[in-house]
Amino acid sequence: MSNEIAVQHGVIPHEVHEHHDGHHHHETFITKYVFSQDHKMIAKQFLITGIIWAIVGGLMSVLFRIQLGYPDATLPWLEDIFGHWAKDGKIQPEFYYALGTMHGTILVFFVLTAGLSGTFANLLIPYQVGARDMASPFMNMLSYWFFVLASIIIMASLFVQTGPASGGWTVYPPLSALGDASQGSKIGMDLWLISMAMFVVSQLLGGLNYVSTILNMRTKGMTMTRLPLTIWAILFTAILGILSFPVLFSGFILLLFDRHLGTSFYLSDIVLGGNILPNEGGSPILYQHLFWFLGHPEVYIIILPTMGLVSEVMSINARKPIFGYMAMIASMFAIALLAFLVWAHHMFVTGLNPFLGSVFVLLTLLIAVPSAIKVFNWITTLWRGNIRFTPGMLFCVGFVSMFISGGLTGIFLGNSTLDLHLHDTYFVIAHFHIVMGVSAFMGMFAGIYHWFPKMYGRYMNNTMGYIHFWVTMVCAYVIFWPMHYEGFAGMPRRYYDYSGWESFKHFVELNRVISFAAILSFLVQLMFVFNFFYSIFKGRKVTTQNPWGANTLEWTTPIRPGHGNWPGEIPEVHRWAYDYGKDGKDFIPQTEPVGKDESTH
Amino acid sequence: MGDVMTVEQKKIHPYKFNLWLGLAGIIMMFAGLTSAYIVKRSQPGWESFTLPRIFLYSTIVMLVSSVTIQVALKAFREREMARYRLFFGITAILGIVFMIMQINGFYQFQANGMKMIGIGSNPAYSFILAIAGVHVLHVLGGLIAMLVIVSRVYGKKKRNYDSVPIEIMTTYWHFVDLLWVYLFVFFSLLH
Repeated sequence: MSNEIAVQHGVIPHEVHEHHDGHHHHETFITKYVFSQDHKMIAKQFLITGIIWAIVGGLMSVLFRIQLGYPDATLPWLEDIFGHWAKDGKIQPEFYYALGTMHGTILVFFVLTAGLSGTFANLLIPYQVGARDMASPFMNMLSYWFFVLASIIIMASLFVQTGPASGGWTVYPPLSALGDASQGSKIGMDLWLISMAMFVVSQLLGGLNYVSTILNMRTKGMTMTRLPLTIWAILFTAILGILSFPVLFSGFILLLFDRHLGTSFYLSDIVLGGNILPNEGGSPILYQHLFWFLGHPEVYIIILPTMGLVSEVMSINARKPIFGYMAMIASMFAIALLAFLVWAHHMFVTGLNPFLGSVFVLLTLLIAVPSAIKVFNWITTLWRGNIRFTPGMLFCVGFVSMFISGGLTGIFLGNSTLDLHLHDTYFVIAHFHIVMGVSAFMGMFAGIYHWFPKMYGRYMNNTMGYIHFWVTMVCAYVIFWPMHYEGFAGMPRRYYDYSGWESFKHFVELNRVISFAAILSFLVQLMFVFNFFYSIFKGRKVTTQNPWGANTLEWTTPIRPGHGNWPGEIPEVHRWAYDYGKDGKDFIPQTEPVGKDESTH
Repeated sequence: MGDVMTVEQKKIHPYKFNLWLGLAGIIMMFAGLTSAYIVKRSQPGWESFTLPRIFLYSTIVMLVSSVTIQVALKAFREREMARYRLFFGITAILGIVFMIMQINGFYQFQANGMKMIGIGSNPAYSFILAIAGVHVLHVLGGLIAMLVIVSRVYGKKKRNYDSVPIEIMTTYWHFVDLLWVYLFVFFSLLH
C-alpha cells in the first residue's frame, strides 16, 4: 500500500484528484477491474475491447472474402449460423454490404482509433511524462465507458431484423438518409449514428485528457523536447481528434435531421421506387465535405500513434538514438497541419471545381515530404544499429515496409487526373489498407509486444510472435499487392460478384488467392490473441525492472506498479529519451544526471 | 504546502485546461455547421428570412445572464454565499428563460409559414433549427452542470470553498453566451 501513501504526498504539485483520493483506497473488484480510474487498467480495458472488436471486424472480412473468392460456392454452414442472411448457403447481397460497412466502421473507429489511441495514450502518457495518473482520471474512465456504450449499440445493430448500416463506412446520403432506400438504411443506420455520437463523446473526453496531461503534468525536468516521440505522436493525434470529431458530429446531426424531421440538408430531386420525394434544395456533397473534414484527419489519428510507437521501439531495439528527433516532431506537426487541408482529395470525382482540385492535389502531395522524412529517419535509425530482433522490432521494420509501399500509391491517388481512373477501384482499397490498415496494425503489434511486460509483468511468447509476424507480413502483401493490378484494370470496389462481368471475370482466381491469404492471416491473428491471453496468466515472468534496457520513465516503476505508478517520489528527468550507445554506455536512462564532460543532444 | 500552493497558481488548473480544449472542439462543431450554412446559402433554392424579434430579446437575456454569473463568481470568491446563491439562481432562471424563448422562436418560424421540418421545409430554416437547436442543448448542458454544482453544496457536510467548479461554470456560460451572440449576428447578416 506504500504507493497509495505516495499519491497523497506526491511531489507533483497539482494532484488534482488528490482531494477525493482518500475515498477509493479500499479497492474492490468493481473499482479495480471494472470502473477503474487507474490509467493502466483503462489502457488494458481499451486494449482488450479493441481486440474483441478486431476479431469481430476481421471475421467480417473473412466472410466477404469467402463471397469474393468463391462466388459460386454454397456453404450450408453459413445458413446455419446466419439464417436468412446466408440463404441457401450463399451470402446475400444485403449481408455482403452490411459486412463491408461494418468491417470498415469497426476497424477504423473501434479498433484503430479507440483500441489503439485508447490503449497507448492511457498506458504511456502518465508513465512517460512522469505523472501519477491522467489530469482527470474520472473523465478518463468516462471516456472508456462511452466507448463501451458505443460498442454495445453498434453490436446491437448487428442483430436487428433489417441488419446494420450497409451503405459503406462513410454512410453517404442520400442512401443513408432515406430509410426506404435499402434495408441497411433503416433502424441499423440510426443505431450506427447514435453509436458514433457516443464514440465521438468518448474520443473527446479522452483527447482532452491526453492533451492536458501532456502539457500540464510532466515531471520535473521533462521539457517538451525531452519527451519520447510516442508522447509527441499522441499529442498531435489528440489535437487532431479534438478539432475534427466535432465536425463529423455536426454532419451527423444534419443527417439525423434529414432522416427523422423531413429536412432537406442533403436531399434534393430524388425519385425513390417510382415516387418523387418532396425534398428540395439539399446537397449530398455537403455531407461529404463535413465527413471528410474529419475523415482525412482520422487516417492520421490512426497512423500517428503508431509512428510514435515505432520510433520508440525501433530506437530501443537498434540501440541507437532515433535519427532526427526534432525532424520527427516537425514532420508530425506538418502532417497534423496538412491533415486539415486535404479533405477534398476524397472528392475529386464529385464534380469538384478542377482549379480547386489542383490546390488539393498540391497540398496532398506535400504530405509526401514529412512522410518521407520520417521514413528516412527510421531507416537511418536502423542503419548500423546493433539490432535486437524481438517480435516488437520485427513489427517496426514491417511497419516501415508497409508504410513505404502504401505511401507511394498515395502519390498516384493524390493526383486528381489519375484519381479519375482509380477512384473507387481496388487500387484505393490496396492503398489505404496497406498504409493505414496493415501499417497501423504492425505499429500496434510492435507496441503490444514491447509494452506487454509493463502491462502484465510477463512476456509474450516469442516463437508465436515470430510466426505471427512473418505470416502477417507475407499475407498482407499477398492480399493487397494484387489488388493494385485489379484497380489498374478498373475493377470497382464494393461489388458483390465479379464473375458476371466480362472485364473482371478473369480476376476470379486472383480473388481466390487473395481470399485464401486473408483467411490465413485472420487465423494467425487468432494465434496472436491466444498468445496474448495465455501470456497474461502463464507467460514468462519479468524479473528485472527494465527488461529492454530502455531509457524512458515507465521502466523506473516497479514491475507491477500500483495506482500512482512510483512508490516513492516521481523521478526527475535530466536528459532526452534516446541516449543509446552514448559514450561507450549501452543506454543512459532519462533519470540519470548529465555528467560534467558530457554533451547533451 | 506553501511551495506547492505557489507552483499551483502559476500553472493553469488541468480541469480548466480541459474546458478550454473542449471549447475548441465545440467551436469546431459550430464552424462546421455555419460553414455548411454558408455553402448552402450560395446554392439555388435558398430562401431568405428575417429572424423573429424574440431572438433579439433572448440575446439580451443571455447577455444579462453572463453578467449575473460573473457577479455570482465574484460573490463566491468574497465568501458572500447568500449573494452568490441569489445570482447563481438568477443565472439559472435566465438560462431557462432563454431556452423557452428560443423554442418559442422556432415555433414563430413555423407559424409564419417558414417550415423548418417536414414536407415543404427549406434548408435555410432547417439550418436555424439545427444550429440554434444544438446551441440550446449546450445551454441545457450548462444548466445541468449548475444543478450538479448546487446539489454538491447541499450534499456535502463540510463546507467547500473550492472555486474551480464555479470558475469553470462561469467560463463555459460566457462561452455559450458569446457563441449565441455570434450565431445571432451570423443569422442576422447572412439570411
